[in-house]
Amino acid sequence: MSAPLKREVYLLSRVGLVDSHTLPVYRANGGYQALEKVLTGGYTPAQVIQIVKDSGLRGRGGAGFSAGLKWSFMPDPAKDPRPRYLAVNADESEPGTCKDRVLMERDPHGLIEGILIACFAMRVKTAYVYVRGEYRLSHDRVRDAIAEARQAGLVGQKILGTDFCCDIWMHKGAGAYICGEETGLMESLEGKRGHPRPKPPFPAGFGLWGQPTTVNNVETLANVPFVIARGADWFKSLGTPKSPGNVLIGISGHVERPGVYELPLGISARTVLEECAGGVWKGRQLKAWIPGGSSTGLLPASKIDVALDHDSIREAGSMLGTVAMIMLDETACTVRAMQVIARFYDHESCGQCSQCREGTEWLHQIFARIERGLGRMQDIELLSALAGGMAPAKTICALADAAAIPTHAIVRHFRAELEEHVRLGRCPLGASSHAPELEEAHA
Amino acid sequence: MSDSKREGLPAELLRELDELVTHYPEKRAALIPALHRCQEELGGWLSPDVLEAVAAYFALEPVEVFGVASFYPMFHLRPVGKHVVGVCHNIACELRGAEEILATACRVTGAKPGRVSADGRFTVTRVECQGACTAAPMLVLDGAFHENLTPDSAAKLLGGVR
Repeated sequence: MSAPLKREVYLLSRVGLVDSHTLPVYRANGGYQALEKVLTGGYTPAQVIQIVKDSGLRGRGGAGFSAGLKWSFMPDPAKDPRPRYLAVNADESEPGTCKDRVLMERDPHGLIEGILIACFAMRVKTAYVYVRGEYRLSHDRVRDAIAEARQAGLVGQKILGTDFCCDIWMHKGAGAYICGEETGLMESLEGKRGHPRPKPPFPAGFGLWGQPTTVNNVETLANVPFVIARGADWFKSLGTPKSPGNVLIGISGHVERPGVYELPLGISARTVLEECAGGVWKGRQLKAWIPGGSSTGLLPASKIDVALDHDSIREAGSMLGTVAMIMLDETACTVRAMQVIARFYDHESCGQCSQCREGTEWLHQIFARIERGLGRMQDIELLSALAGGMAPAKTICALADAAAIPTHAIVRHFRAELEEHVRLGRCPLGASSHAPELEEAHA
Repeated sequence: MSDSKREGLPAELLRELDELVTHYPEKRAALIPALHRCQEELGGWLSPDVLEAVAAYFALEPVEVFGVASFYPMFHLRPVGKHVVGVCHNIACELRGAEEILATACRVTGAKPGRVSADGRFTVTRVECQGACTAAPMLVLDGAFHENLTPDSAAKLLGGVR
């Protein structure tokens, strides 16, 4: 084993303070010093991008792409003077994921400072925070914090007395998961159905209203003031060489203490389960777990010692995603869990691509009939064949992949449980589907 | 496409929309926030008349506005009860008893999933993940999250709604 990872809390360092969401508390605890450093310390936008690149900060919205590199894709304004935008992805909707909400509700100024530094670096004058409509408190807290910051000369014209101008607007979504996909988000922000766009063109060249646009996740931006204030080397001292920094890890499902915890990337899943979440609930054993939100494949309990970084999780056969761990105890039925997950992607498919529109519905129906004891042995091969026809990279966006990946995972790791449902003609764990009178027809 | 018309919506709401559209380089971008405000102010749902008035304000064809409104689950296109209860049935809530919470909500309110109760007081719906997974199971009552529920606490909460 390598040396233990350094533990240091920064992202959640303020959230326990009384009135942590207000400007005076934020400022009294180091807030807006990174912005001041950038604006009055003689930094050029290119230098800020270089620091973020050097830090190795990877996006926290699921894909794990280098944040600094993404920023560098924005065209040089000397050659491309079109208006440009930052869209903040606060449409946190991947089942299991509820970490951006903690930042927005309890440390909204941290997000705003990150937005302002990002806008300086990319020479953006207008940012939109696309927050999912259900997050009422998040919306109101960030909106009020923007108003406070505007009053204090931190948002709007001539920020901190410099030539830097930047406006930030809140924009409320209305409950569609697909709007967390960056091009679906942009369509939605333009007042349309959230239909993802084919890529290319990429947002940096053709984004909101056809103009250069970058889309960043809330937690990614919340890291930025710390990277600037403390430097790339400090950031790299946390986590692993390829996945540096801390990450907000959600752990939910069958554990004693579900919650959102801040830990260095590369921490073992077992540490999160046992040390933070108090272990599997009711003294039971772990059966299966999902490492990064419901689109990342289910893993068996035997993989619980894997390190939570991008490469290690991939080697273990899943993905880091949003590091939203969902734990299933020994009494849980993995087929029922997959039925629920497939139902979700069926509900959320935007319908543009036939593989996704038809495929998610089929997956849902097949998992439902196996769980009800009405499945056939050949359904298991059908699941694999369907998932293989939906992904990888066969559709405009990755929603089809999000349904296909966990389907492949359950067939690979829990095939015996699928077969037992078929053989017995019922759920062997008694986790039969909910009562028919509580079914809801599609609206 | 036609010119913007200011009919069929209260004057105060129109003034609010006039401010909202200034946030964007193109007016249409304010459509979804505008639909939210209309739903909040005009009875909790978006009637065909309201959708047509919104279309007129944005100088859009009504069919375009219907197409957007019907895409987003938070918009109700049929009348709802005085109170709207959404019970999350996604994976984290499912693992901690969401179906029992839903059964409790239906029993206490007298509403069936997706329907308005006979007395008109409640709509109960199944909703997808609300982002409260670490506080499951949960329900949303008139937009407010209620977390870490048990069937008893859910019954007490809904039984106390006036």
